[in-house]
Amino acid sequence: MSEYRGSIHQQQKDLMLDWYQRLDQAAEGGEPPTVSMMISGNCVELLEGFDAVPIYPEVNALQLAIRHQSLEPILAAEEMGYAGDNCAYVKADIGCMVKGITPTGGRLPKPTLVLCNFVGCNTYVKWFEHVAAFTGAPLFVLDVPFLRGEEPSQADIYYVVQQLKEVVERLEKLTGRKFDEDRFRQAVAYSRDVEELWSEVKHLAKHSPSPFDAYFDAITLMGPLYVYRGKREGVEFFRSALAELKEKVRAGEGVYDQEKFRVVVEGPPPYPYFRSFRDMFAHWKAVAVASTYSTVGGLWEFGFRHDPEKPFESVAMHMLAQNVTNRNYLQRYEQIRRYVQEWKADGVIIHFVKSCRLFSAGQGDMRDYLTRQVGVPTLYIESDLEDPRYFAEAQTKNRIDAFFESLEHAKHTAAHAVGA
Amino acid sequence: MDEFERTFDSLPEILGDLSFARVRDWKKQQEGRKAVAFFPVYAPAELVHAAGMLPVLLSGAGDRLDIQHADSRFGSFICSIIKTTMEMAMTGHLEPFDALLFSSICDSARNLCFVIKRNFPQIYTDFIHLPHSTSDSSVDFLTQEYRRIIHELERLGGSPIHDEALRQSIALYNGQRGLVRQLYALRAHSPHLLRAWESYLLVRSGYVMPVEEHITLLRQALEYLPTRSNKKRDAIRVVIEGSFCEQPPLELIRLLENAGCDVVEDDLVIAQRWFTEDVPLGGDPVRALAESYVKSSVYSSVRHDSQRPRWDGLAEKIRGTQAEAVIFLIAKFCEPAYFDYVLFKKKVDEMGLPHLLLEFEEKLFTFDRLRTEVETFVESLVFD
Ligand code: SF4
Ligand code: SF4
Repeated sequence: MSEYRGSIHQQQKDLMLDWYQRLDQAAEGGEPPTVSMMISGNCVELLEGFDAVPIYPEVNALQLAIRHQSLEPILAAEEMGYAGDNCAYVKADIGCMVKGITPTGGRLPKPTLVLCNFVGCNTYVKWFEHVAAFTGAPLFVLDVPFLRGEEPSQADIYYVVQQLKEVVERLEKLTGRKFDEDRFRQAVAYSRDVEELWSEVKHLAKHSPSPFDAYFDAITLMGPLYVYRGKREGVEFFRSALAELKEKVRAGEGVYDQEKFRVVVEGPPPYPYFRSFRDMFAHWKAVAVASTYSTVGGLWEFGFRHDPEKPFESVAMHMLAQNVTNRNYLQRYEQIRRYVQEWKADGVIIHFVKSCRLFSAGQGDMRDYLTRQVGVPTLYIESDLEDPRYFAEAQTKNRIDAFFESLEHAKHTAAHAVGA
Repeated sequence: MDEFERTFDSLPEILGDLSFARVRDWKKQQEGRKAVAFFPVYAPAELVHAAGMLPVLLSGAGDRLDIQHADSRFGSFICSIIKTTMEMAMTGHLEPFDALLFSSICDSARNLCFVIKRNFPQIYTDFIHLPHSTSDSSVDFLTQEYRRIIHELERLGGSPIHDEALRQSIALYNGQRGLVRQLYALRAHSPHLLRAWESYLLVRSGYVMPVEEHITLLRQALEYLPTRSNKKRDAIRVVIEGSFCEQPPLELIRLLENAGCDVVEDDLVIAQRWFTEDVPLGGDPVRALAESYVKSSVYSSVRHDSQRPRWDGLAEKIRGTQAEAVIFLIAKFCEPAYFDYVLFKKKVDEMGLPHLLLEFEEKLFTFDRLRTEVETFVESLVFD
């Protein structure tokens, strides 16, 4: 297997370290200002107008899980009264806060503002409320109407724009800085460029073999996407990524020497077992050509871009309609259908995540849709994205093996039928 | 014995009737009548009423339905009401309804709305985004959101909803909410005159019968109850918190009382007293309803107001009713309740009050363990 490890792999690490260093610096001297935000459909561009740095509790939580350090803070949170069945991202984050654990060992600042850019996930609202309650930092809930229809209404857009302007006012007061509208507009322009590049990257997975894994490798690329989307560094990073991957396509190089299966993955990964989980697919030379999880932060492969001509409106549009969590459940079905058909996948892996009802509630129905309406084979497996106690390794492996065996069998039969 | 006592015997049957016979009867009385079911917690019933339709609150299926189909759509770690609602839909029990309304309470309910929409396209199913913020722009937004729903209801009913009709509906519901508040005040003051399980039945029945009938029922209750000759009990005054959406089995509420608790406040069927004051009747009625939601709702785990924390709301409730303990009665897998428990508990601890956490499901096979827990809790307080 060739995991995507081009030169940008190192770049990615450096960028993320720089980010943590800036947070550490903020913890030391109160500058730069920091804003806690969710990954999902956020308004990171707005922070650029204050030269403020985002804190992403989700990134912290997933980093901990990948490093097998999530159980301790989860248990600490459960001791405080959090339930076994609460989202473990929240528990890991709160547990870290009370125990003073950070993913890098550096410090995390008390945020200047806890900005709950609530998009779709109701758990976010609770999470950020708790962060504010435990840190004493001010809280702003940016209420993003859930996408009830296909598109947001004028009222939805207006509402979000109003609130973005309220956030600006609030941040002006809290930071004592004046909002720099030009910088904001510039950030929106950088976002547009990053999105263009990222979307191109995603479309490269339409090639067979695919030059990267749109689930596992996409996650590596997601760090810079979230932290640096509105910055020049982000544009440079994705420019190199695209160039490298294009080169792989040109050379006919795929993730595996011989790509055997192409799948679409739905749901977040089991971070505590990230490596073993990936190996289970590598064993079958199965590459993910698309994933819904990689669209949590934004859905760009179908054409949406931020627009510097309409900075506030386009940020609002992104929050409302162009990320998987604020889109309604049936739109996710449709998104997967398009992936299956346009990216030419052999099957869909539905990863049910215990923590996350936003992703998982109703996945049985999604499976019914995919099998019966779309006619694509599906595999349904259950574990968790943060809590290591919910991963049944042997059982998961058996199920994955059985799934690919049956796909293989079906391919043989089809080949014979054609040959006959 | 007053005739009214019999009400308490008949209500469980009416509330548990999954064929919704009363709803069917109501529809039959007049050609073209429509019924609109809403999923908890709150819905603007006035809009439905003003459209000449019957608003009905979905409350799961209790222990009356086996889950045979819904499990294949909603897997593990999901609360009962999601599954029983799906099961009801899949077994034709929701057939009397012409529309289903959901709102922004939690992620499970959100997805359920759209799963139902896909599987039952013949029913008009919609999702109301109730704001999680209390700014003025939230009022503007919700006003528009209600207008959108009005528009859909007009389409469904085939006739316009006039402001005047809406104002009248608001006035009626103001009346109903006022009476429910009186009922709660009576109970808090004289829990021996009205047990919590009785009050629960009286209040919840308001969402299966027309509001006009319910108002009559509440009036009769308020007239009759003070004349009861029940003896005062030696019991602990407790507040129940956490049952705002999925409802606990009636037997569980009885169990708490039999174990020596006077439940002086709770958040059962909280929609029936959603506002802290009447919705104003002047001006634009749609806006008035929206503004009341944003600015004068009671606190609830499914509504977020960063200016007025919910834990302060609970503290006020405890003080206002001079409660001695809190019982967190939480539906299994109810994420909003689980989260709120942490901050509620912190507050209650600060106030120095004892508390107990109990989890329930719609269908409980045995109450023994819960009974023991409650009895132990009560004993520890009595002999303290
Ligand atoms: S419920 Fe899901 S989307 Fe929400 S915070 Fe948890 S993992 Fe993230
Ligand atoms: S009981 Fe809780 S989790 Fe279940 S639908 Fe209601 S609010 Fe959501």
